[in-house]
Amino acid sequence: MGAQAHAEDHHHDHPTGIRRWLFSTNHKDIGTLYLIFAMVGGIVGGFLSMGMRAELAEPGMQIFSDPHYFNVFVTAHGLIMVFFMIMPSLFGGFGNWIVPLMIGAPDMAFPRLNNISFWLLPPALALLVLSLFVEGPPGLNGAGIGWTAYAPHSTSGHPGPAVDFAILSLHLAGASSILSSINFITTIFNMRAPGMTLHKMPLFVWSILVTAFLLLLSLPVLAGAITMLLTDRNFGTTFFDPAGGGDPVLYQHLFWFFGHPEVYVIIVPGFGLVSQVISTFSKKPVFGYLGMAYAMVAIGAVGFIVWAHHMYTAGLSLDTQAYFLAATMVIAVPTGIKIFSWIATMWGGSIRFTTPMLFSIGFIFLFTFGGVTGVVLANAGVDRVLHDTYYVVAHFHYTMSIGALFTLFAGWYYWFPKMTGYMYNEFLGKLHFWLMFIGVNVTFFPQHFSGLAGMPRRYADYPDAYAGWNLVSSIGAWISVLAMAVFFYNLVQSFLAKRVAGDNPWGEGATTMEWSLSSPPPFHCYEELPKVK
Amino acid sequence: MITTEGFDESMRNCLTGEHRVRALAGGAGLFSMVTAFLAVMVADAQALAGQPEKWQLGFQDAVTPIAHQIHSFHNFVLVIITLVTLFVLGLLAYIILKFNEKANPEPSKTSHNTMIEVIWTIVPILILLVIAVPSFRLLFAQYTYPKPDLVIKATGNQWYWSYEYPDAGGMSFDSLMARDDDNKPVKGPNGEPRTLAVDNFVYVPVNRNVEMLVTASDVIHAWTIPAFGVKVDAVPGRVLRTWFRAEKVGTYYGQCSELCGKDHGYMPIGVKVVSQSDYDAWLKKAKQEFASGEAPLKKDGDTQLAAVNASATR
Repeated sequence: MGAQAHAEDHHHDHPTGIRRWLFSTNHKDIGTLYLIFAMVGGIVGGFLSMGMRAELAEPGMQIFSDPHYFNVFVTAHGLIMVFFMIMPSLFGGFGNWIVPLMIGAPDMAFPRLNNISFWLLPPALALLVLSLFVEGPPGLNGAGIGWTAYAPHSTSGHPGPAVDFAILSLHLAGASSILSSINFITTIFNMRAPGMTLHKMPLFVWSILVTAFLLLLSLPVLAGAITMLLTDRNFGTTFFDPAGGGDPVLYQHLFWFFGHPEVYVIIVPGFGLVSQVISTFSKKPVFGYLGMAYAMVAIGAVGFIVWAHHMYTAGLSLDTQAYFLAATMVIAVPTGIKIFSWIATMWGGSIRFTTPMLFSIGFIFLFTFGGVTGVVLANAGVDRVLHDTYYVVAHFHYTMSIGALFTLFAGWYYWFPKMTGYMYNEFLGKLHFWLMFIGVNVTFFPQHFSGLAGMPRRYADYPDAYAGWNLVSSIGAWISVLAMAVFFYNLVQSFLAKRVAGDNPWGEGATTMEWSLSSPPPFHCYEELPKVK
Repeated sequence: MITTEGFDESMRNCLTGEHRVRALAGGAGLFSMVTAFLAVMVADAQALAGQPEKWQLGFQDAVTPIAHQIHSFHNFVLVIITLVTLFVLGLLAYIILKFNEKANPEPSKTSHNTMIEVIWTIVPILILLVIAVPSFRLLFAQYTYPKPDLVIKATGNQWYWSYEYPDAGGMSFDSLMARDDDNKPVKGPNGEPRTLAVDNFVYVPVNRNVEMLVTASDVIHAWTIPAFGVKVDAVPGRVLRTWFRAEKVGTYYGQCSELCGKDHGYMPIGVKVVSQSDYDAWLKKAKQEFASGEAPLKKDGDTQLAAVNASATR
């Protein structure tokens, strides 16, 4: 690729302070803001996880004065990790930072829209955190409704304003994501450098494109559903109240019509990201590029027609369940294509096991585990027993939670030298990986056993028989905390040590355009459009 | 999991456990740990059916035809997914050993192979078809309702269950978790496990088709007994149904399985499967006891009042 780095153009504005960060219209600065914001979200969400694991370490109530507060933690943990940690980092953070660099665009299509997309998020997080401290159910604070917020528990079950705060938080976060999706779609369709055809786009750009469409089509449905919750709660409507002709199950359909695509929103950017990392460190082009790109498109498309597999016990008719069973199984095909293509990309390669590569291989491992339990859960007949048990918790953490988190760390270590100009500490990075890998497996693997044995989700206290595996899970969680400490130490240490990374620290395998720029790239780059051969 | 059948039963457990060991083996490096627990589990082979036990690795024992079918289907899928996982892990291990920088300094440039791409599209489709056929069979079996011998209506309330026997003159009662004076969950009078013990059990005769009608009075709950292989949401404004035919006398527990508020974990479901004569005797006694107006909190759908009463009587 014939991209050339350009020195900073002095005709351009290069603001500092508040004008640079608060009024920012620069995709790199906004990407940085997203990443910092995601770290804040991750710390809050991680603190909530540890609260839960501390409570669950043994049966009985130890940490929380009332089981309701456990439910509040469950709810806030889910919402924060989804909306304020994974999405702002993989989609908002890396999307903003890297997509324009990869397609040879000087910036995003709508820089001011980009600014508001980001700045909607801090108030959204603030509203959610505030919801913890205002009344939910009579006499208790916070919304203990789960991230799914099923009616009528989220309406008549929580008369206090906590749920309203949570709903308004999601409105803002949703608006933010819709606006940034519009921005990404426009940028990717219109601002590619000459010669960068759709079928030459790096897979990370493809993944952001697919994700943007998923968000654009699914979030309005969530916005509608939670607005109906809001009016049911405050203005006397009865959309989800059977006493007024409404239907609680309608809410579940609306929620999961958003909710299922949402889990792909979380994982698809990781798919693209891991493809870049694996190709770079295998020193080989991605195997089956077109298959990989269209597998993501297929996963996105099929993701819209499988939502009711979350509702097998909600009273769906037999035929409906049979359809959703079949449709859900179909998803295993494109995900299988992706797994095998990653393996084939590595096959015959000359692999360097850097930290981002370790996280990518770790991701394949975790995603395979979570994927095959997904095949089990797709079967309505078995899900009859496993629905709402820890088996489901294990499944979705392996895939869209720690699976996505591993892609996030892969991306972080992969692009850290590009974004900052400094090299991270490789030993600490590998230590982070191994601690994290052990920690998450010790945490989540035993949850399959608890789930098969029947332990339901969202329980602050449980029968004593489940104590053993729960203690193992909690020990695993502490190992992960240790891993995160290493991560943050490495971050600080890398900035202090100032090891200069160079334009391309990864060598011949790193073929995408961002590696032809300086590290960090100039404030404005590609002022002359690069030509892609 | 393990009952009077003793040896055969524990061998079966041992075998199903082994699949999971294999699933683990390549992975988290927990092989020895799990083997140790397996040994503990088999040695500790005197637990009760119908409730979880320590370090349990698999399902609770099946006591209905549907639960048996669920388990055998699950074990079948477990073998497939274990093999798939081992296959992927094997490939990863091979790659790590063979295609690292030292072992293979010259990377190949291969980026396409139509045949292999077709294969890894078609083969998973075939595997899924092999899974889908028994899966549909299981699903359809669950929805093939036999003629019921007994109908019971269960209503989920925050946070207890109400049961009604429409064929027994509409006899109804509430079933609350056993608590001590501080409102903390405790073991039942006969050693029933903490947070599973209830004051009033649901009684059903053994080897009879029981149809459950399930609804809720306030928010969504879910009624389940894992050993029966049934779970159905209790949705306000709807009556959903399911059925079971318990084959073995015993006490079986389930727990509310849809988030319903602060005491979501404190509204267990307790079912006693008894012989027909024991059932008849219980029914006679229960009709008198629950007709006395002492226990039933709710008959007319006045849920607010019922909830108030419930907390008052605790």
